[in-house]
Amino acid sequence: MNSMLSIKDLRASIEDKEILKGITLEVKEGEVHAIMGPNGSGKSTLASLVAGKELADVTGGSITYLGKNLFDLNPEERSKAGIFLGFQYPTEIPGVTMVNFLKTALNEHRKHKGLEPLSAKDFLKLLREKKDMVEIDSKLTNRSVNAGFSGGEKKKNEIFQMAMLEPKLAILDETDSGLDIDALKIVANGVNKLKRKDNATIIITHYQRLLDYIIPDYVHVLFDGRIVKSGGKELALKLEEKGYEWIRNQVNGN
Amino acid sequence: MQNKMVVSDIEREFIDLYKENRSMFEAKTSAPVNEVRKSGIRDFERLGIPGKKDENYKNTPLQPIFRNGYRKYIEQKMVEFNLANVFQCDIPTLDTHMVLLVNGFFDKKNGDFLKELPSGIIIGSLAAASHEYPELFEKHYGKYASHKDGLVALNSAFAQDGIFLYVPEGSVYKKPIQIVNLVMAKEDIMVQHRNLIIVEKNAEAGVIICDHAMTPYKFLTNSVTEIYTAENAFFDYVRVQNEHNNGVQFSHIFVNQEANSNMTSNIMTLHGGVVRNNVNVLLNGEGAENNSYGLYLVDRKQHVDNYIYIDHAKPNCISNQLYKGVLDDSATGAFNGRILVRKDSQKTHAFQANNNILLTDNAKINTKPQLEIYADDVKCSHGATVGQLDGEALFYMRSRGIPEKEARLIMMFAFAHEIIGNVKTEALLNRINDLVDKRLKGELSPCDNCAMKCY
Repeated sequence: MNSMLSIKDLRASIEDKEILKGITLEVKEGEVHAIMGPNGSGKSTLASLVAGKELADVTGGSITYLGKNLFDLNPEERSKAGIFLGFQYPTEIPGVTMVNFLKTALNEHRKHKGLEPLSAKDFLKLLREKKDMVEIDSKLTNRSVNAGFSGGEKKKNEIFQMAMLEPKLAILDETDSGLDIDALKIVANGVNKLKRKDNATIIITHYQRLLDYIIPDYVHVLFDGRIVKSGGKELALKLEEKGYEWIRNQVNGN
Repeated sequence: MQNKMVVSDIEREFIDLYKENRSMFEAKTSAPVNEVRKSGIRDFERLGIPGKKDENYKNTPLQPIFRNGYRKYIEQKMVEFNLANVFQCDIPTLDTHMVLLVNGFFDKKNGDFLKELPSGIIIGSLAAASHEYPELFEKHYGKYASHKDGLVALNSAFAQDGIFLYVPEGSVYKKPIQIVNLVMAKEDIMVQHRNLIIVEKNAEAGVIICDHAMTPYKFLTNSVTEIYTAENAFFDYVRVQNEHNNGVQFSHIFVNQEANSNMTSNIMTLHGGVVRNNVNVLLNGEGAENNSYGLYLVDRKQHVDNYIYIDHAKPNCISNQLYKGVLDDSATGAFNGRILVRKDSQKTHAFQANNNILLTDNAKINTKPQLEIYADDVKCSHGATVGQLDGEALFYMRSRGIPEKEARLIMMFAFAHEIIGNVKTEALLNRINDLVDKRLKGELSPCDNCAMKCY
């Protein structure tokens, strides 16, 4: 398997407070990784650094994506190179319709690949296909991006965008939070359908729940800016059973 | 009333010019216009050009502008031009009836001085109409434009021509009437046209006004438009101001709305050196509704100042004000929204909002809501915002592959669209969308539309 994402001893701070204290993670094509951890452990900081949001200052280490130094790419270049971040809190953009937004994004991706923009007809066809796949309400695509969407609609909309852009590496930041069981199944179903041999997914989550539907190959526990434990899917179950207290005690040597 | 003690040389020049040419002015227009002319010069002598201490012009100092020494364009000169080549405000797919003002005078090239359209609508030259329909002028001319502002008085004194539009009772005209104000000269000039629009009971019409300049020189326009909407009348006023950095425009609009009439103004300033729009609305009958919308997109050293005054003189009226602006580089702007709800104007609904995006640290906007409410059973609100583009939204778009520059444009366009979207004529809407899109992309250079490439 080819390496896709290689994070080495990554350190990052927000206003002199060290948030990530040396993260090392290897993600290969075809793999699903879950990163679990309590609130404030650095999960979202890690996700945003991969997507290119300058939320934290990188103070050490490296991120290599498909052999390239990720820090050389700006957020739009990372997207076009195949990185997708499913936002924990998707942003509302009043006045910008979903259709216009998606069409612009998709055509930027196509331009990057040396393809012609999609015709209006083909675009609408694709839109319909993907809408059915993630069971998103048809009307949502005529509305402004995320504006007035319910929490569940916003999360489904993230998966819908992922389906449209077909990324190589998807990072889903707490996509399960705030979802009822039906929405959770739809989201998981979407992710599973989009899974291919040559792409990879990183699921960031607080709870084990989503992992009942998306089976990870690896589970990592992030605690206080470090990956303190890695294992297979059974680690998620153990965490669910014993709680983060168990990790805390292990780390603190109790 | 205060008497102005000192008359400046600029003001003296206007007064002398008036005296020298008075008989020529009076010969142009009929008695009702000439009566207002007399009070105009009297009031101008008393008030002069609003000075530094005038609160209403605090953000737009006038004296330095007038000191430029524009040649007063008081005699119509025939300007040779090919309408098809030079007239740039055209909207190819737009089916309109078009009339043209060149340097403030009605230009016959595009039609008779007075023309009757289907359903009895009369459109044409104000001067010609003043002779043809003195009774209408007797009733309406100068009745809504207040001489409290010296610039309005100045216009009254010098008014010779402009557009006259009459929509008779019950007449419904769906095709928009397009008025093009063209400034075209080989020297710095000042023009002052005067327009009168009368929309009678149960009538419905709309105008699209395009302000355009075809001159490399500086110019100053000081125009006054009076609009009267009778009971149940419906009137739509769309204006696209697309001039250049050397242009100065003072536009004074006075609206008198009778009961249950509905009027919407939508003033879009895409380009101009200094632009001041005064919109004065008197809601003079119960059930009247007014919507005053505006958009300003300015960069470099441009300056746009909008002053909107809504007078709720009668109960049960509705007014909505929404002005939005994007200011780039060192552009400056001002918004003054004044709402007066008089003592007996119960059940008034009056709303006002002014939203601004500043793209640089040097761009500046002064926004000031003024609400004076003397009735107790009213719903009024106002709000002003000044901010930058939402960084979170920008990142969200970039994270989907949309380049930063494009993302910014999309957001600015979305911001502007709330105003543009109110334009009802689809072909015009598309055209304005296109102009705004180009304008935001910076593709519309100041004289992009101008054959003279004078910038």
